[in-house]
Amino acid sequence: MRCYSYFPGCCMQEDSRAYGTSAQAVAKVLDAELIELDEWNCCGSTPYTVVDELSAFCCCARNLALAEKRGLDLVAACSDCYLILSRTNQHFKEYPEIRTKINEALAAGGLEYHGTVRVRHILDVFANDISPEEIKTNVKVDLSDLKVAPYYGCQVVRPAPSFDDMENPQSLERLIESLGAKAVPYPLKTRCCGGSLILSEEDIALGLVRKLLDNAASNGADCVVTVCPFCHLNLDAYQKMVNRRLKTNFNLPVLFFTQLMGIAFGIESKALGLQENIVPLEKVLARYIKQP
Amino acid sequence: MATKAHGTNDFIQEISALPGGEKINLCIQCGTCSASCPNANRMDHTPRELIAMARAGMREEVLSSNSMWLCLSCYLCTVRCPRGIVPTYIMHALEHLAMRHHVSHPRTRTPVLYRVFSDTVYKAGYIPRFGCMIRFYLRMNPFRALRAIPVAIDLFTHGRMPLKSKELNLKTKRQFQAILDKAELLELHPGGKNFKPEVKP
Repeated sequence: MRCYSYFPGCCMQEDSRAYGTSAQAVAKVLDAELIELDEWNCCGSTPYTVVDELSAFCCCARNLALAEKRGLDLVAACSDCYLILSRTNQHFKEYPEIRTKINEALAAGGLEYHGTVRVRHILDVFANDISPEEIKTNVKVDLSDLKVAPYYGCQVVRPAPSFDDMENPQSLERLIESLGAKAVPYPLKTRCCGGSLILSEEDIALGLVRKLLDNAASNGADCVVTVCPFCHLNLDAYQKMVNRRLKTNFNLPVLFFTQLMGIAFGIESKALGLQENIVPLEKVLARYIKQP
Repeated sequence: MATKAHGTNDFIQEISALPGGEKINLCIQCGTCSASCPNANRMDHTPRELIAMARAGMREEVLSSNSMWLCLSCYLCTVRCPRGIVPTYIMHALEHLAMRHHVSHPRTRTPVLYRVFSDTVYKAGYIPRFGCMIRFYLRMNPFRALRAIPVAIDLFTHGRMPLKSKELNLKTKRQFQAILDKAELLELHPGGKNFKPEVKP
């Protein structure tokens, strides 16, 4: 069995619980264990960096220090958490001043960090630690007619080179093919969904979402899979608003990639949180989904 | 470095004092960042212009522009920059300086959003979506919230907006805040004379 420390992040407790539960359900099938980090706190995300950089690094460093005690790779499912935790790790190694000050601040909470934790994204784990053969042997539902747009978003592959190409990654395509479905060409697959600017600069973000949906639909996708809660929120929950405001007519189901894996593995819909998806899945996916 | 690293331009020094900011002097003004940016056409000044202006010491113009607040942190500019600059970090540094010097930005709501987010993180150690959205709309224009109501209803009816959120236990919260309080006192110091990465770019 493969074991990982798991950093859920705030979204998994709020609008993207389906991502967390489906990831756990899929991990169980693949004989991997995601052990939630005890007493974790918010990663601070980009906003905290802007307000106070050192505090932002310390938000992450506390989590990293807790993970270091356990000694396993720290896996995040949210691309933003993944990026922010990795960045703290990188700055910690690169800048002596940051290293010293982070540890001075951590000492106030009785903690210490040595920089040894490896931060990973859950896509990396499911696409690279688990072999395509292992995935294939667990597939129980034939998805060969399903055309899927693999949407990575930005922060899972950038800014630093990690497990895949920074502009034209292939992990998700490989995974989709292993599941038996068809990955359609998706040129905008690593472009940004607008992130949290959907709240503050709605018009701009809706324009970006529209481009992404348009690109997926015009390439013949039946659905889009994402690897990030923010991408999912913007493409799924805001799809109606895009239709209303920009006079479009999209009806593209948006799934977390772990939900698609779960569907292929024949896991019940409830365990995958499919009832939480806002754009209805039935039209495209009804024949594949296992009802309780 | 080809250009002055610590010249007489105070503004450049302030930017260089923040992580990633020190590379601003490597820019060759090729414009790859601006060409890659999804929001460049909505910015007062494109990323390339902003860097040129900063290096010319145009502090007020740079800090009062909306440019950095439209940065999505998608890092496309970063992976394409031929000089290894991280323009995204420069944008973060400019946002930080604008906040530190209390520059107001009437044409963008992002600074308020960021402030609400980070205040919430400090207080709760966690971001409850519902509470955060409410606070943001209250601090902006409550009428704007009306436009978000259909989305909020969809989220709520699909079980995606819990009214009661997870809470850190008291001991964890105290530890978390003690660390952040200490961090705030320490602060990466402005001026940045000692602020150098170990590995030179």
